[in-house]
Amino acid sequence: MILDIIIDGLIKGSVYALLAIGFSLVLGVARIINIAHTALYMTAAYLIYIGTKMMGLPAPVAMVASILLTVVLGLLIYNFFIKPIQEHEAAVLIATIAVAMMIQEVFLMIFGGHYLGVNPLIDGYATILGVKVTYQHLLALGLALVVLLATRVFLQKTRLGLAIRSTAQDREVANLMGMNVTRVAMGTMAVSVGMAAITGAIVVPLVTVEPTMWMHPLIMMLAIVVLGGLGSIEGSFVGAFILGFAESMVVFLLPMGSFLKDSVALSIMILVLLIRPEGLFGVSFEEER
Amino acid sequence: MQFLGRVGTVLLGLSLVMAMCLPVGAVEPVKIGVLGPMSFTQGEGHWNGATMAADEINKAGGVKVAGVMRPIKLIKVDTNEFLSIPDATNAVEMAISRYNVDFLVGGFRTEAVQVMQDIAMDAKKIFIGCGAAHPELCTRVTKDYDRYKYWFRLTPINSKFLGKVDFILLGTAAAIMKKTLGIKKIKVAVVAEKAAWADPIVHISQKVLPAKMGMEVVGVWRPSPVAKDCTAELAAIQRSGAHIVFTTFSSSVGLTFAKQMGELKVPAVAVGINVESQKSGFWEATGGKGNYVETINTYARVAITPKTIPFYDKYVKLYNQAPNYTAGTYDALYILKEAVEKAGSVNSDKVLPFLEKTDYIDTAGRVVFDKSHDVTWGPGYVTAIGTQWQDGEIKCVWPYHWQKVFYEGTVPFKLPPWVVDYWKNKK
Repeated sequence: MILDIIIDGLIKGSVYALLAIGFSLVLGVARIINIAHTALYMTAAYLIYIGTKMMGLPAPVAMVASILLTVVLGLLIYNFFIKPIQEHEAAVLIATIAVAMMIQEVFLMIFGGHYLGVNPLIDGYATILGVKVTYQHLLALGLALVVLLATRVFLQKTRLGLAIRSTAQDREVANLMGMNVTRVAMGTMAVSVGMAAITGAIVVPLVTVEPTMWMHPLIMMLAIVVLGGLGSIEGSFVGAFILGFAESMVVFLLPMGSFLKDSVALSIMILVLLIRPEGLFGVSFEEER
Repeated sequence: MQFLGRVGTVLLGLSLVMAMCLPVGAVEPVKIGVLGPMSFTQGEGHWNGATMAADEINKAGGVKVAGVMRPIKLIKVDTNEFLSIPDATNAVEMAISRYNVDFLVGGFRTEAVQVMQDIAMDAKKIFIGCGAAHPELCTRVTKDYDRYKYWFRLTPINSKFLGKVDFILLGTAAAIMKKTLGIKKIKVAVVAEKAAWADPIVHISQKVLPAKMGMEVVGVWRPSPVAKDCTAELAAIQRSGAHIVFTTFSSSVGLTFAKQMGELKVPAVAVGINVESQKSGFWEATGGKGNYVETINTYARVAITPKTIPFYDKYVKLYNQAPNYTAGTYDALYILKEAVEKAGSVNSDKVLPFLEKTDYIDTAGRVVFDKSHDVTWGPGYVTAIGTQWQDGEIKCVWPYHWQKVFYEGTVPFKLPPWVVDYWKNKK
């Protein structure tokens, strides 16, 4: 049972980490609480469905195209809905909720509430230490780890990564040092949406594509970000795996209450916050400002 | 003289305009509100079934009410009940107060239908349910007849009978497994979404399976109705050594579960209720991984009655998908037509006694309402059917000579080959 929990928790955690880190990046750098983040993840999933099932494109082509198109959409959303009100955090929060709902309604209008599916890139399963895991899940885990590693390298080794990190640390000082904070924010938004789109592309064969598929990941992602510390990338990474393992443990240890897995994960978040209000890796709010 | 001529011309013109403005015959239509989540498959079923029946009835002249042929006018009422129950209450209020409907048909989620039922009953509107299964909807009729007498349920059979059919399907699959694979005691994993309608089935299965059916319940799992990942549940089920997974799903979790169970080739047979697997799109949505999933169903291309196959074929031709049980609105309209014609009125209180005496052969069986205004279940009435996905096609596999009931076109239940291989090698 322990092995089951470890393997299942690792897979769940890695997917959550991809979403949460993208969200954290743009929150830390530009103070944008982008509630539409998981709606963009859903957009990528729908675009892959359109590409593979309706246009007959090969899956890798559809995946790349969907990621690029989603990034373009994300940047348009940034320019038209976020940038004009960027200084007002509460307004951004509400605007992005509206954008997410708009995206949901557009897909509901086009596809109805039908549950759609995309075929896995690799069929079949492997048995690891007696635990059956589909190749698609293993691929998702591998890709998630590669993307997480690539993000780390990007942030540590590139000029834009350096700019993003310094802006995340102190936006005002970065601005005074001559950095174009707005352009950095836009670059961060592109990276963040890119990560959401990549997550959508990775998990689309594992999930049911439907217009409300963005809501559950949104709740989990917000819980992870708060648990890890608002805007902290390391915190999001650790928080994602904590909640991923917590979900798996509930199913294995409390089968009758497997519907409670989200509630348990959220309760863990609340417990941590009671003990450490700034989250696991966050700085205290006063200090952060 | 010239003046009189002008006045005459104006009057003639006015009378012509008035005549053109009046509808031909000026007959008031019979207004029927079709309630359902219209952006979802279930709502599409409600609307498609009702539209088919209304078109047929109108083509044949309409409904004869006190000697006058009146056309049926359908009002599409989007209840959006999957996303918001308050939307459902607003929608039914609007249907009654703004569109002034004479009757209501449809509804899907028990939690939403209960509220819609209250509103319809207070307005004294006959409401034929074609979607929600919870027994409480009809128990209300016996508990408080004066208030709830306007409610009737047509599809599906209530969850108590769904449970009975469920256990029959389970027993049949278990017998086949025992005979084919030589298993002495069948182990069952009970998996039911966490929803009100599924609770009685879970409760009964924990008692009945060990005590009356000689099976072992290896565990009960209750995922969320909208769970997007069931791999943890499936891993635990496989560890439990279950031969059969007894499913109770009406929401998207049914699709996720079936898809992942097929992907992982879990060596167990999925039997029970899986509403998603009743839909034509299930095969594509699971990428064929939902092969061999068995579910209770209402329609398949078998001769349940002489009306079933013509209805099924016409529905597929018109809407390019198989009908699910919410398309029972088709029969609901014909049943209403019959009662209205006998009553000679659209007044609910006048139609009610005739509706209570309904004895009608519809597309799913012989419809007779019991004292609680629920559709009667059993041989000779509505039995429901068991269907299984067999290589891309929905096949009827039950009743297969059950209580002398056999519908032409029914085929034997099949065990998935990987299940057979696994348990044969395990010996």
